[in-house]
Amino acid sequence: MWWPSACSGCPGAERDPAVDFAFTDEQDALREGVRTVLDTECSPDALRAFELADEDGRAELARNRWAVLAELGAPALVVPEAADGLGLGDVDLVGVLEEAGRACLPEPLLETAALAAPTLAALLPDPAAAAALAALVEDDASFAVGGVDVTADGLVSPTTVSADGTLRTPRVVGARDVAILLLACRDSDSGWQLHAVPAASCTVHPMPALSSSRDLSIVHWPLDSDTLLAYGVAAEAAVSLLADRAAAGSAALLLGLADRMLAMTAVYAKERHQFGKPIGSFQAVKHHLADARVALEFARPATYRAAWSLATAQPTLSHDASMAKAMASDAADLAARVALQVHGAIGYTWECDLHFFMKRTWALSRAWGDAATHRRLVLAQVRRAATGTGTTH
Amino acid sequence: MDLTFSAEHEAFRAEARAWLATHVPAVPLPSLDTGAGFEAHRAWERTMFEDRWSVVSWPTEYGGRDLGIFEWLVFEEEYYRSRAPKRVSQNGIFLLAPTMLEYGTDAQKERFLPPMASGDEIWCQGWSEPDAGSDLAGIRSRASRNAAGDGWVLNGQKTWASRGAFAQWCFGMFRTDPEAERHRGLTYFLVAMDSPGVTVRPIPQIDGETGFAEIFFDNVEVPEDQVLGEVGAGWSVAMATAGSERGLSLRSPARYTEAADRLVALFEGRGGPAASADAVARAHMDAEAYQLHTYWTASRVARGHAVGPEASCNKIFWSETDVAIHTAALDLLGPDAEVLEAGAPGEWLDGYLFSLAGPIYAGTNEIQRNVVAERLLGLPRG
Repeated sequence: MWWPSACSGCPGAERDPAVDFAFTDEQDALREGVRTVLDTECSPDALRAFELADEDGRAELARNRWAVLAELGAPALVVPEAADGLGLGDVDLVGVLEEAGRACLPEPLLETAALAAPTLAALLPDPAAAAALAALVEDDASFAVGGVDVTADGLVSPTTVSADGTLRTPRVVGARDVAILLLACRDSDSGWQLHAVPAASCTVHPMPALSSSRDLSIVHWPLDSDTLLAYGVAAEAAVSLLADRAAAGSAALLLGLADRMLAMTAVYAKERHQFGKPIGSFQAVKHHLADARVALEFARPATYRAAWSLATAQPTLSHDASMAKAMASDAADLAARVALQVHGAIGYTWECDLHFFMKRTWALSRAWGDAATHRRLVLAQVRRAATGTGTTH
Repeated sequence: MDLTFSAEHEAFRAEARAWLATHVPAVPLPSLDTGAGFEAHRAWERTMFEDRWSVVSWPTEYGGRDLGIFEWLVFEEEYYRSRAPKRVSQNGIFLLAPTMLEYGTDAQKERFLPPMASGDEIWCQGWSEPDAGSDLAGIRSRASRNAAGDGWVLNGQKTWASRGAFAQWCFGMFRTDPEAERHRGLTYFLVAMDSPGVTVRPIPQIDGETGFAEIFFDNVEVPEDQVLGEVGAGWSVAMATAGSERGLSLRSPARYTEAADRLVALFEGRGGPAASADAVARAHMDAEAYQLHTYWTASRVARGHAVGPEASCNKIFWSETDVAIHTAALDLLGPDAEVLEAGAPGEWLDGYLFSLAGPIYAGTNEIQRNVVAERLLGLPRG
């Protein structure tokens, strides 16, 4: 038996357990390092300046912040050492993504570090993949990812063919500022295709969007065999794994967002007085915040497990990624809802920092499949396992 | 980070599974909240004890196997998977024993732990009083020095004592210093239920069975060596028990993952109705998330850290997960949900009634939410 104040004398304490569901000191240090940098580089004031800047100013701010992240090695964290990356894995990356979420980072770290990098690395030595990966590592190229939507019935592509023969992919995140776009399309005859398209080859039309620190665009791009990374069965496998990575990675961002919103709100609830007391002393307020804190507490290990399943290619990784995304989306949505309610009217203003984090949450909780969609995907996997017709879980 | 069990753990799992497969009664025992069921469950505890399966994580000298935290979790997974009987000794082995191992004297451990492990002595908890529920520090039952000065005299009333109708021993808190501030002046006592002056009044529960009882203490003499921990330190000693209750040991995750697996099977058996799909998926995920969270905490403990204040989230989560699993099952059963018979569907109704107690006992979930808000978010006390 272990005790609440477990101790060196307890049985088990001296053992080296095979199950070790924890981060290493190095992983914690990496996360802390990113957090420290983002505290200054991506403060609420910096976010405000970014949203208010004109197009050129904004591009410059994005470039500068990306250079700082590249200096830390964040974008190339999971690129193999043989391809001049840091050779780390998804478990190292998950804490970094959590910090990017906490800071509400506008730049495409998820898309570049968690989606493009491992997807391209897995396709080596394909020359198009090698070129794109070299740009990521050597030129600090940032990536946008588009053309894949997650539905309860499986993956679909919103990419269509335009009248002029180019492909049209709607609501691509961050397309305006990136160097390379990882774009997917699918047709009923030949199946999926995955391309790495240089920004110079694309025509980008901005779409009005919820948040000006997360831009959306319609991207027109030429179908060109030079940009082709994979097609058919290989592309389907790559896109499917990419969607699982996107679910797990956005879950990590949402954990950081939820934690940030709860921290901000707890501070506010201690400062704001009504009826002669801090509002945080009232149970109605406490219980709202406690509910959101509990949801976050249990979304966390689900998300870390998904990172481990990705890193070790577990047969359950689709299930695990969907579970993480469902729980983290719900936890962050609840945190946003509670944060706004506890802030009251001030939280409804642009002047209050809260809206940056709420808007990112509302977008990310639905991007790459919302909670209900992922619950359907989880259930499908569990049922397959229960009836013995599937290989997962 | 690694989430795979070692070959040794898997071997232990196989050993536990094999033993349970040959020993778990084929026919479910009668309810442990009936006289006959209580005795049948005690006999089961004895069977487990004889092969050293009743308290695998305890030191060997008290009947355990000295196993670590993950072996305990593996054992629990196999225990629930086998549909073995409920643990009639639960209050003792999971709530009192951790406290006794930490605060008890060697003599107390030698006297009390082996019969606890064998089921010979079943314990009930004397915590709540008519006017001290969520406000536990409002305890008014008194302990005063006896005339000879070598022991104590207990007076007062405890209530909602699970297993109280049949238990041989009671652990509880009594006020030894009425002048002290509420949280001080309390002392943790161990009391034999057959002591002169103890009167038990069983309370029929919502299902009609006497799952709990009131206990009246009328000048009950208790010797000095039945004080657990220091006189006047009862609150901190008791909170150690409450910590293990909420933290890890009262409700092992296997209980919920096993119930969620049965729920998925029920969903399949009923043709996978779309109206229940979301609730079934949530139940599965929440049970698994609780399991993962326990592995997370256990990994911390195995690395030599204390269970952190995050553990205060556990009780809210497992108790509400339990209600949600059983609600989903009753919804799937529809009109059959009302049928109370042995095996399915009656076990779901039985489980539902049991689950509804969860958000109330071991500190109501409202109290738990206050604790989460104060300890994890730093909000001021009201």
